This record gives sequence, structure tokens and C-alpha cells, in this order.
Amino acid sequence: MSDALWVRWLRRLVLVALTVFTAVPLYVMLASSVKPLRDMQGPFTWIPSTITFAPFVDMWRTVPLASYFVNSAIVASGATACAIAIAVLAGYVLSRYRFRGRGGFLTMVLSTQMFPGILFLLPLFLIFVNVDRATGLALLGSRTALVLTYLTFALPFSIWLLVGYFDSIPRDLDEAAMVDGTGPLGALFRVVLPAALPGVVAVAVYAFITAWGEVLFASVLTSPQTRTLAIGLRAYATQANVYWNQVMAASLVVSVPVVLGFLLLQKALVQGLTAGAVKS
Amino acid sequence: MSTLTVPERAGDAGPARPGTGRAGPGLPRPTRKALPYLILLPALLAELAIHIVPMAVGVGMSLLRLNQFTLRNWTRAPFVGLDNFAVAADPYSPVGAGLLRSLGITVAFSVLVVACSWVLGLSAAVALQHRFRGRGVLRTLFLVPFALPVFTSVITWSFMLQRDTGLVNAVLTGLGLVHSRPFWLVGTNSFASMVVVSVWRMWPFAFLTLTAGLQSIPGELYEAAAVDGAGPSRRLRDITLPMLRPVNAVLLLVLFLWTFNDFNVPYILFGQSAPAEADVLSLHIYQSSFVTWNFGLGSAMSVLMLLFLLGLTAIYLWLTNRRRRDV
Repeated sequence: MSDALWVRWLRRLVLVALTVFTAVPLYVMLASSVKPLRDMQGPFTWIPSTITFAPFVDMWRTVPLASYFVNSAIVASGATACAIAIAVLAGYVLSRYRFRGRGGFLTMVLSTQMFPGILFLLPLFLIFVNVDRATGLALLGSRTALVLTYLTFALPFSIWLLVGYFDSIPRDLDEAAMVDGTGPLGALFRVVLPAALPGVVAVAVYAFITAWGEVLFASVLTSPQTRTLAIGLRAYATQANVYWNQVMAASLVVSVPVVLGFLLLQKALVQGLTAGAVKS
Repeated sequence: MSTLTVPERAGDAGPARPGTGRAGPGLPRPTRKALPYLILLPALLAELAIHIVPMAVGVGMSLLRLNQFTLRNWTRAPFVGLDNFAVAADPYSPVGAGLLRSLGITVAFSVLVVACSWVLGLSAAVALQHRFRGRGVLRTLFLVPFALPVFTSVITWSFMLQRDTGLVNAVLTGLGLVHSRPFWLVGTNSFASMVVVSVWRMWPFAFLTLTAGLQSIPGELYEAAAVDGAGPSRRLRDITLPMLRPVNAVLLLVLFLWTFNDFNVPYILFGQSAPAEADVLSLHIYQSSFVTWNFGLGSAMSVLMLLFLLGLTAIYLWLTNRRRRDV
């Protein structure tokens, strides 16, 4: 089936236009990160006058980037680890058992993800303030509160993705394991989980990306000591005098790991992300 | 669901099982019945702590006079009934007028972003339906905006939109389209900036979903249509679009809800004080709550926002389901 000439040209035009639209900001980030400061202060130039890696060195001193980095890393990995553990258990139960409230739980989990974040922000802030006052804990501004919040944000998608994965693993596998004398949890950890490993990894990447990029809650629930990259970099980038080459260098460093993780696992993630829309 | 096993069986395991297991098999019956709930407990607790309880508390807060004086001790905040709602929903009060304006901006913003994202996503998905060299590279490239942390991509855009040093004005003046460099992050243009940046972030998701949807259309349909002499535009209209209808129904809703609720793009683009033209609901409620510390009013506004979304979603689902039955 060969297409008419105009179809082929239209297709090329669409693809070129979308490639330019997608790639230009990525190019700007990359090119600006290796520009000397004088290139950034005049009108925009496409090609760096000289290539310098100084922004990648200087950025650590201009803003407390290392501290932001550590905070983001701790919070994102903490949330990821907890989200995996919780979602694996929940996904297994929701896939293997039929019990009262199962459908309700699945619907609830999915619908809370569609609610406006601001709806949860004010009450959570108030709850943290009042728990702190009542118990003397310091939840507000702590990494623990952020981990708790982010792990919950990652749960809906993680649970749905894992239920799909577990459903595709034959039940005979866990039944065979249980005949051999392990309980349901033993079957989960020895037989089902290894078979669902790609799904677990996809959940990990998703949870990490969610936590790494979250802005709304971090802007209110962090203190200067626990500030994450999202908030720290944003605050710096909206100042009057910005070393844009350093901001772009920092953005690049912050983005590369998560983008690579996403692209490496795109198949598993894309399946999960689109499954809901395509199946129903 | 493809399994025919009686679901409970997974818990009871097979009939010929030695009673040596640690969990399930040897447990007394009540425990076995409670087992699913026990395993689900952590997820349930997390959902309760971060979603369900705060939502209930939020509704409660909207009925209190909760401001900087009563915030630290909310049990003593006076109950004011629906007063906050009356203020927020009164279009003649400054607060109500601001909220209504913000709602209008948010709806316009969401509709534009969803429409553009869908058109771009469909164009890319259809253009890449055809196999050619480099298709995989383009597919990967188109996913990058979605994979980037939102703050780094929006910060990059805000650099591109700087008046004096940004790329956008450099290109526009280079092409002779504008003579004096316009501002993009303040004033009227800020709305357009916000739309473009959101579309840039959002369209890859439409592309992903529509690509998956296209793959489920059997190739024979196109072959039969080609035999019948249907041209490419007829194939798009008579096969691709109708076959994508169920995918579109969900995709458009998800895109709309994400955009409507989005806080990140405007907040990172404009900072604490968004220009009036780009004052979307999330940011509007955020600002009015954390500037004035009037949390009661802020909660009432969030509840109204949720009710609006629930109503809209219900109507949308009703309409799409009805249409599906009619077809």
C-alpha cells in the first residue's frame, strides 16, 4: 500500500514540526549549560561562543545544590522503597483475592489521583501543624512527612500497574508454591514477585520520578534544611539576577538520570500508563 | 479477566496440601478471612492518612473560621456553617469575582491544552503508524518531555521566554514577526506562554495513548478500505477516528483533569505572584490561602473546585456512555 505524494509530504512536515518543537527546549538546556556567562547576558545565541564546563562546577557554590540534591535523593528513594513494598502487597491481594470492598478500594485509589492536589494540601498542612503542636514531633518541614506524602502519590498508579502484572502471571504458579507448603506471602515473594520483576522496576522508576519532580507539596512541607531540588532550583530561577548557564547545567544533571530511567523502562511504563485508557 | 479459578481458592490453596505452611494454610478460619485485609492494610493506611482523612478534614475546615489566629489550634476555631461558601460563591464580592474569573481562565486553559495536545498526539501517532527508518528514535524523542522532571523543563522554558535573553524573542525578531520584544511572563502574553509550555509537557501522553490505541486497530481494516479505494483522509475519518473513540473518551478526560488541576507549570513559570491573566484555580487558591492564611475560605474554594470537577466528570461520562450505547 503506497501513499500518495501529498500524504508522504504531510507526514514529513508533521514529524519535522513536532521534532523541532520537542527538541528545541532540550537543545537550549544542553547548549546553555556549556556556555560562558557572557553568552547568557546578551541576546540569545544558538551556538556557544566557547564551550566551557565551568557551569557544572560553579553551580554547586551558587546555590546549596548539594543539599537540595541530598534531600531530593533521600526523599525520593525513601518514598520509592516504601511505595514498592506497599504496592506489591496491595497489588498481590487485589489480583489474587476477591473480597468485600475490593472494587471500592480500586475505585477510590484511582479517583483520588484525579482530585486537585490543592484539596489535600491545606488540610495536610493543618494536620501536620497540629500534630506537631500536640505531640512535639516536627513533622512539618521534615523529610518523613514528605516521604509519607510522596509514597501515597505513587501508590495509585503503582497498584494498578502491579495488579495488571500479577493478573498476567498464571495462578497455577502460586498454587504450586502453596502446595509445596509456603503460605500466600511465601508464594508472593518466591514465585510471583520474581516473575513480575519488570513491573516492580517500572513502579520504582515511576515512584522515583513522581517524588523527584513534585513541586506543590514540597513548596509548603519543606524547611530551608529539607528543601528539595524542585523548590530550590525554582526559587533560584525566579530571582532577578540569574546565572542561567548554571541553572541549565543543574537542570541537565537533575534530569538525565530520571529521563534515562524512563527511557530504559519505557515499554513497561508505557504499558501501565496507557493500559487504563486503552482497556476500558 | 481470563481466569476461571474461583478467586477464594488462591487463599485456601489446593485441596491436597500438607498443613505445614506458616501463614495461610494452618491459620484458623477468621484469620484466613482477614488475610486480604491485613495485607492491604499498609496501602489502606497510607491512603487514609494522605488522601481520605485530609479530604474529610478539608471539608470540615471549610465550615470553620480558620485564619492565622486559629490555625495552630483548630479545635477552637469557630464554626461558621456555610459562610465561607457564601463568600466564595458570591460573584459580587471581590473574593467570589476573583474565583469566578480564575475558573474561567482555568477552563479556557484546560480546553486549549487538551485540544492542542490531542491534535499533536494524534498527528504524531498517525504519522508514525507507517514503518520507516528512524521511527524508534522519534518515538523515544517524543517521550522525553513527559519523562523530564516538570521543574527542569518549565525552568528551561522560562529561560527561553525571558524578554531580553530568551530564544523566543530572538527567533520572533529574527523572523521580523515582532519589532519591540514583548514580555512573555507578565501581562497578557503569560496565558499563551502557559498554554504552550503545558502542551509541550502534555502532548507526549496523548501520543503514547493514541499509539497504543492505533496498534489495537486490525490492519485488515485498512487493507480492505484501500481495496475499496478509500483515500488517506477517508481512512482517517472512517476507520482510525471511530476505532479510537473509546480510547479518546478516557484520554480526553484524563488530560482535562490533569491540566485543570495543574499547579506546576504556572507556579514554576511565574512564581508566587502569577499575572492576572494566568491565575489558574490551583494557584489562585494556593496564593489566597498562604498569603492571607485564611484556610477556611481556601478549603471552601477547594471543595467548590472539586464539586465542579465531579459534576463535569459525571456529565462527561454520562454523555460518552450514552453515545457509546447509541452507536
